[in-house]
Amino acid sequence: MKTLTFRADLCNGCRVCEETCAQTYFKVTDNLKSSIRIYEAEGTPPQFSANFCNQCGECIDICPTMALRRDKNGIVRLDKRLCVGCLSCVGFCPNAAMRIHAELAVPFKCVACGQCAKKCPTGALSVEEVADAELTVTEIRLKAVAA
Amino acid sequence: MTSVRTSKTGLQVLAEFHYVPPKVERGYANQTLYINVSDHTISAKPVDERMKNTFVGGRGFGLWLLWNGVTEKTRWNDPENEVILSSGPIGGTTSYPGSGKSIAVSLSPLTHSVMDSNVGGHYGPLLKFAGWDAIEVQGIASEEVIVFVDGNRGLVQILAAPEQADDSYELPRQIVEMFADTPDERVGISSVSSGPGAAHTLMGCLNVSFYDPRRQFPRLKQAGRGGIGTVLRQKRVKALVVKYVGVKAESNGPADWPSLVAVGSKMHREIHDQDPVMNDMRGGGTTMLTAIMNNFDLLPVNNFRFGSHPEAARLAKPAFLPYLSQGIPNGCWYGCTLACASCAEGFELRTGPLRGQKVPIDGPEYETIAGIGSNCGIFEPADVLEANFYCDTYGIDTISFGTALAFAMECYESGVLNRARTGGLELNFGNSSAMLEVLHQMGRGEGFGMVLGQGVRGMKDLFVKKYGADVQFLQDIGMECKGLEYSEYVTKESIAQQGGYGLANKGPQHDEAWLIFMDAINKQIPTFEDKAEALHYFPMFRTWFGLNGLCKLPWNDVEPADNRKKHEPREAARVPEHVGNYVQLFRAVTGREDVQEPKDLIRMSEKVYNFQRLFNLRMGFGRRAQDAVPYRSMGPVTVEEYESRAERYDQQLAELGLVPADMSTAEKVAALRAHREGRYEELVDAVYKRRGWTKDGIPTLETVRQLGIDYPDVVALIAKHS
Repeated sequence: MKTLTFRADLCNGCRVCEETCAQTYFKVTDNLKSSIRIYEAEGTPPQFSANFCNQCGECIDICPTMALRRDKNGIVRLDKRLCVGCLSCVGFCPNAAMRIHAELAVPFKCVACGQCAKKCPTGALSVEEVADAELTVTEIRLKAVAA
Repeated sequence: MTSVRTSKTGLQVLAEFHYVPPKVERGYANQTLYINVSDHTISAKPVDERMKNTFVGGRGFGLWLLWNGVTEKTRWNDPENEVILSSGPIGGTTSYPGSGKSIAVSLSPLTHSVMDSNVGGHYGPLLKFAGWDAIEVQGIASEEVIVFVDGNRGLVQILAAPEQADDSYELPRQIVEMFADTPDERVGISSVSSGPGAAHTLMGCLNVSFYDPRRQFPRLKQAGRGGIGTVLRQKRVKALVVKYVGVKAESNGPADWPSLVAVGSKMHREIHDQDPVMNDMRGGGTTMLTAIMNNFDLLPVNNFRFGSHPEAARLAKPAFLPYLSQGIPNGCWYGCTLACASCAEGFELRTGPLRGQKVPIDGPEYETIAGIGSNCGIFEPADVLEANFYCDTYGIDTISFGTALAFAMECYESGVLNRARTGGLELNFGNSSAMLEVLHQMGRGEGFGMVLGQGVRGMKDLFVKKYGADVQFLQDIGMECKGLEYSEYVTKESIAQQGGYGLANKGPQHDEAWLIFMDAINKQIPTFEDKAEALHYFPMFRTWFGLNGLCKLPWNDVEPADNRKKHEPREAARVPEHVGNYVQLFRAVTGREDVQEPKDLIRMSEKVYNFQRLFNLRMGFGRRAQDAVPYRSMGPVTVEEYESRAERYDQQLAELGLVPADMSTAEKVAALRAHREGRYEELVDAVYKRRGWTKDGIPTLETVRQLGIDYPDVVALIAKHS
């Protein structure tokens, strides 16, 4: 499956990725609407970390309406038609990478589209193929029903 | 009208009503739905600002509508009695855990007074989104009916339902298929149903459904207490059904979504972090309580005689986990990540009409495990699960069933009952087969099941009149107060909790107060004034959940990590951060600026709580005499009970200046009893004083005026009793 990957040693904290993401999906400059967030740690020289969805799929088993599903590329996607804005996924994401914004009724997350990686001036971000995540309980149940 | 049939269900339409569904604003649809199944009236009643400010919603709305629907002469089985369901302004909020409760209100066949019972499932929230803050069902139908509310089309129908199942296993499934036009619509259907056991007994429960999209069947939660299912069946209402497809974050029309986002996502994160290291509700619901109660001598065993048992581990959480399907959502409303609604799947039944079938079972809850299990001396998890399933299917309250059966078992073992009187059942403690058979008799409406179904108070009267049983003995061991069976905690060592049960408005149910740890274990409320303060604050705070459509569990079954470091123990028991959450939540939904701090929540409850006390008075109850509790809840009734905990009781007698070594056990039982009964009366005095009531337990005119519930008929009622 595909996922966004980050190299801390290459990041200069410019936040172009945040701006690109917010612009791509919400057409705004508000970085709180970015699915990727860059954090600066104290120290000299400054160190940066990135927070974004790694497509682990744990949220699939949290969502009460089954609005979160994995697509054929392994990307976990939110079906806004099914989402009731309960925010369970926001609270239970193991990486705190499912986001909600005060102006939005439904959460949002990184779908590894790669737009931020294209714009990253240092090459700290890239979309890579990684080993498939284990099937969630929901996916196992759905397979059993289908069979 | 009589020839019209709905195209989808094929059911005959007896009456229908079209309306324009209003947009829910700040938690209210601003109207309630009135249905009379006798004359087929269907109408809308407006909800005004005074009704919202005084009664808030949920239990408050139910009480107010019922107050106006009945008179002091109305009996539970009169057509005037009503079954009312209402969620409350916060009910239907998706972003804060535990925000999907409904509260059922009716005149109870067990207490003959006003009853409230809270329940999960989707009915109340979907009803509100369909445009109704409450549904009020009056009358008695001339044939079996289903009341259907379609919130997407703006349609209410009374439908003849002669052929649909009357039990709560088949019927909710049939309803989903009948009323969902496509598979995707199944999640938009919720039903309220009971069953044949409710029709044959006085302890009928309501089953409220929610469709589980992963398990692909309707799940059930129960409004168990007080026989409201019996009232529904007596009205020949097979089910109340609501359909509303399209729940969204904004469906409840909150005033301040950003504030909801902040408090909701914070709480989800707290549950994520804290639940695994606290109660692990997500990993097995309330099953974890059995071991805790057993360890603290609080688990009812053999009709509340004892508080622990060597075999109790067989009913502990690990015994039930293999039956439960885990790893997927178990909230009974969207966004409840505390998710205590466990589900056993593929359970093979060994008895009854569905013997041999594999069925799902919602639960078991602690109360069911303790009531049907340990309190009846039964320690076989599979038998508890089987009884859980059939109680729900027949529409019988597991708590009343367990407590009533435990009473009958003690009567059997003490010679009040025998095989001739039970129709051949050997009702010894621990006899699972007899337990299941009497349950099936309740479902079929025959045999000793019909006797048990009258509840503890009914059985006491019957056994005295018919068999000449000792009145005092039955009064001492019959665990009921106000006619309602006790829920499943041993209160002998906690005088505060004796009051928590005895002073509860509807009867001995722990949803008003659970003070045992605070009182008896942690010794945080040593004086009568302390206990009275706790018996004011906690019943009021817990009442507030029932006004708003909230579940109590996310309040104190999970706590912030720093709760006990940040606050002294007595304050920590209130979970101040969560109380703050509720102030924020209420304001975020309703936009009410007058609600600023925790005392404002208490004030809301005081209005409704006192009103309910006066409603009891109006129905001929609600006085000190009705707050008397059986001695089994206070101390050891029998020599055997005393001797089982002799060291503890002897020490207490010594502290009173007595010399236990010089006394027979019977003398010690009597001395302890005199002391404990005296202390209970002292507690009652202190609580009445704190609540602003007379010595007879009646709210004073001054109290009522201060609370703004001085309606003319309320004032007249108080004048009549002063």
